[in-house]
Amino acid sequence: MFYREAGDFKTSYAEDNQTFPVKFDRYRYYAVLFMGFAIIPFLINDYWVNAIFLPFLIYSIAAIGLNILTGYCGQVSLGTGGFMAVGAYGCYKLMTAFPDVSILIHVLLAGGITGIVCVVFGLPSLRIKGFYLAVATLAAQFFLVWLFNRVPWFYNYSASGQINAPERTIFGIEVTGPNTEAWATYLFCLVILTVCALIARNLTRGMQGRQWMAIRDMDIAAEIIGVNPLKAKISAFAVSGFFVGIAGALFFAVYLGAAEAGDSFGITKSFLVLFMIIIGGLGSIFGSFAGAAFLVLLPVFLKNVLVGTLGWPTDLAAHLEFIIVGGLIIMFLILEPHGLAQLWRVAKEKLRLWPFPH
Amino acid sequence: MPDQLIFGMEVFLNGLMAGVLYALVALGFVLIYKASGIFNYAQGVMALFSALTLVGIMEGQVPFGHLINAIFGTEIHHFGWHVPAVLAILLTMGVMVLLAVCVQKFVFRHLVGQEPIILFMATIGLAYFLEGVGDIMWGSEIKKLEVGLPQGINTLIDETTYGWFGYGFFIDNLDLVATAIAILLVSALVIFAQYTKQGRAMRAVADDHQAALSVGVSLNFIWIMVWSVAGFVALVAGIMWGAKSGVQFSLSLIALKALPVLMLGGFTSIPGAIIGGLIIGVGEKMFEFAVGPLVGGATENWFAYVLALIFLVFRPQGLFGEKIIERV
Repeated sequence: MFYREAGDFKTSYAEDNQTFPVKFDRYRYYAVLFMGFAIIPFLINDYWVNAIFLPFLIYSIAAIGLNILTGYCGQVSLGTGGFMAVGAYGCYKLMTAFPDVSILIHVLLAGGITGIVCVVFGLPSLRIKGFYLAVATLAAQFFLVWLFNRVPWFYNYSASGQINAPERTIFGIEVTGPNTEAWATYLFCLVILTVCALIARNLTRGMQGRQWMAIRDMDIAAEIIGVNPLKAKISAFAVSGFFVGIAGALFFAVYLGAAEAGDSFGITKSFLVLFMIIIGGLGSIFGSFAGAAFLVLLPVFLKNVLVGTLGWPTDLAAHLEFIIVGGLIIMFLILEPHGLAQLWRVAKEKLRLWPFPH
Repeated sequence: MPDQLIFGMEVFLNGLMAGVLYALVALGFVLIYKASGIFNYAQGVMALFSALTLVGIMEGQVPFGHLINAIFGTEIHHFGWHVPAVLAILLTMGVMVLLAVCVQKFVFRHLVGQEPIILFMATIGLAYFLEGVGDIMWGSEIKKLEVGLPQGINTLIDETTYGWFGYGFFIDNLDLVATAIAILLVSALVIFAQYTKQGRAMRAVADDHQAALSVGVSLNFIWIMVWSVAGFVALVAGIMWGAKSGVQFSLSLIALKALPVLMLGGFTSIPGAIIGGLIIGVGEKMFEFAVGPLVGGATENWFAYVLALIFLVFRPQGLFGEKIIERV
């Protein structure tokens, strides 16, 4: 009934190679896009945007970035928070230095800067692997946060040590600053996310992505069959840094409005994004979305149920959230190491055979 | 003697003491890694959890009191007794053994044969879980831990050095005790690993799981034992750090301090953990002393990592780690 290839004839290579080859899947994808762009913007208000949609969209970008590095290329990074801070501070410096240039260009440039920084910290990955690399990326996390806290040039010598997003517009509509409309910020992030996801999806199923996966599965074997590990690892760090930097820039400029490196981009952020891709599924673009949605919704849900319905104190709910997140990660690793994305794949396979599975 | 040099020496000594404490945490990591190949990120949280449990038992707190009050609307907090420190430490040890059994039974038994990085992520999950459990069980406010360890400036060293240089060194008594305990602990662990039956079995498991299984070593038992020993090391580290700066969330962050120590010394080497700890302790204190004021201070947060990173580029297996041999 669903997801059937039957009757779906391909007459050209372009059709055969498209991202969603099954007609049902393709229409579902169009429907989701239509929902996202044409229906949701009319229904949302400030609460929905700030509590759910903006964090979801922005973390999705970060999760896609980390998934390229960790899920596709196998280089575990615990420095995501630090790299997001690079994006945020880069965007801030650009916004204040060139107020007339469009914010969109600033966000992309901030991503580019982060990509370069990420490559610098990724260089040791050629020598060191596995845990040693994971711990080495922590050096990036701590060093970068320290740098942004201690060097006043980065926060324009402001007295509080914070950075505040100035008001910037796109087509005359404000997207940063205190007076934004809910739908404007939502659409701004959604457009960027959609483009990022398209780029990531097509990169990972092309030659570049296959090289990354070869390195992930066994780097020595990949080297022997002709994959250049230098190029593959460095490109993964660069692309990952680009996405993470964009996420950091949006997180600061559109979502928070004001940020301080230690609070907003600390080590907990690195772990949060890592958890997103573990729960969502390593090596899957859909998994990045699923993981981000799950970990954004979980605290909101718990808070509503425990504090709102049962009337428990908020600190208790926060601790319970730790237990649940920790327990879920262990559970996922034991029961379904490939995460929510694998559950989705299994469900699709079941639906394809339904209602006559034999 | 110029003042700077004397200050430098004092900083050096304090660095050595701090290094001992780092080494204490790193030791727990090395033990588990050697015996089961699991890189246990939760070691720091285990230290926090054990310290919280110790304080809770000593003060006669009701476990999960906060939760019970929230659900049933009651107002219970304390049993109203105080447990002596020695008994409380023994009871806490019991809790840590129980924890080891649970961790083995519910988590790692199901993950045998998985990739090391999956196991690492499972321990991050475990760290979150334990942190939440610890906070719900005993409350998250800062607690004082008093088990009768001496604290404050050591007057003997102060006076002796004053006699030598005309300037008294400030060395905390607690750091001296910690050093003594660390030396005892390491000796005890080495004797345990070299001369007892269980110790030999542990080393056999570390060497080769399947070979150990085939000569009749129970993997399950060894792993529970290793987690218990790591729990014990965590308890000692928890007592030391807890007495130093109070039992609070930041205690779990000492795990992050121990990671560069491990990288430097190599994940598989007990002497490596100790020497790495000393190098990091001295290095970061000296760097903060010499360079810190020029760049705005607080370099301790990242210096250890950068130092370890530079070391690693030249020796990817750490100072004392086993040579990494890669095959297709």
